[in-house]
Amino acid sequence: MSLSFEIQHRTGRFTLDLALSCQGPVTALFGPSGAGKTSVLNILAGLIHPQSGRITFQGEIWLDTHKNIFVPAHARAIGYVFQDGRLFPHLNVRHNLDYGAHLSKDRPARASFDDVVDLLGLNALLQRHPRNLSGGEQQRVAIGRALLARPRLLLMDEPLAALDVARREEIMPYLENLRATYALPTVYVSHSMPEVRRLADEIVTLEASHVTSHHANEPQA
Amino acid sequence: MNLSLADITAIWLSLKIASVATLVSLPFAIAVAWLLARCEFFGKSVINGLVHLPLVLPPVVTGYLLLIGFGKQGPIGELLESCCGIVMSFRWTGAALACAIMAFPLSVRAIRLALESVDTKLEAAASTLGATPWHVFATITVPLAFPGILAGAVLGFAKALGEFGATITFVSNIPGETQTIATAIYGHTQSPGGDAPALQLTMISVAIAMIALIASEMLARRVSRKAADL
Repeated sequence: MSLSFEIQHRTGRFTLDLALSCQGPVTALFGPSGAGKTSVLNILAGLIHPQSGRITFQGEIWLDTHKNIFVPAHARAIGYVFQDGRLFPHLNVRHNLDYGAHLSKDRPARASFDDVVDLLGLNALLQRHPRNLSGGEQQRVAIGRALLARPRLLLMDEPLAALDVARREEIMPYLENLRATYALPTVYVSHSMPEVRRLADEIVTLEASHVTSHHANEPQA
Repeated sequence: MNLSLADITAIWLSLKIASVATLVSLPFAIAVAWLLARCEFFGKSVINGLVHLPLVLPPVVTGYLLLIGFGKQGPIGELLESCCGIVMSFRWTGAALACAIMAFPLSVRAIRLALESVDTKLEAAASTLGATPWHVFATITVPLAFPGILAGAVLGFAKALGEFGATITFVSNIPGETQTIATAIYGHTQSPGGDAPALQLTMISVAIAMIALIASEMLARRVSRKAADL
């Protein structure tokens, strides 16, 4: 992957100021909570318009505040897995999974609906409603929904943080499967070093809104 | 019951005027509610004030303002007649306009609350899945706010059905053209021997209001059940 960006963004009392060039395929943004990791993801996703900066992904300019370029979230062809799932409560699991798939028909599919359902073990859940799912199940659906939107870049914001240890261990194999199967360019945000060690090809450490280290990692199961 | 022809016409006109007022103003009410719920812009408090003005002004004042603006000699009235052939003053269309304006603040309030209760994080999630702002609005915001939007429409319909002051000031009380249940009851109470027909219309008015409330309740329940079955 070739994702590079430099961002200066001030919100309230802290200023995000960093420049990065990611090789991937899986880049982990690691750091304590409050370091600005989620803000970085939101800026990459196009949900936050930073005061100043530039983002390019595979030669495409997503943001250049000097040239007044801003590609909105819906046009960036990303997949975003949020910490809190954010499944649509008025749709069942199947329709949640289909939501992004319908909107990205013009891009080649990396994985079919059935493949993703199999990979994430969602078969038994398709007719259920988000409110009737456990936290782990909700997060698996959220990952499936993001994958089926045919993303060119996958953003994951602590997808395991809201889960207890047992649930984390339940999802971890799916995530490892994911990286092995699709090698999808991914930015993975986490504050858990063991998690990051298992999944990432490179680890970027973020502290107090600045990059403090950036090195390669050999994912280990 | 033995209703006079004029009374039956008044009932029919009331339903027609209130329905047209509600249906035509609903898209505008949703748009304004969304603007007030989701956007920050210069002059927002002025818009908010204008929308709520009919709620606090004496209805006669609203009716008189409509007469000045939309009457035959009024600037907007003249424009509408010359460009689209629409005449408002002393016509049922004018009654619908008066009802729509009087009901507007109630609908907007209810719909705004419903829109504000929709989690913007879900809308953000939809946009990352490739949904344009319009698509997000149609597939996430409106379905999630639907019970509140329906409540706003019913409230507006009820208000439109009972509107009296602005209507009678703007379009008068012409049987067969602008005479609604409310103005007909008023007419009956002003004439000797009008007690019986006034009472009949009163009962019909109560019945229509009850039916509207029950129907909206049922519709809301059916929609939420349908959402659960999807």
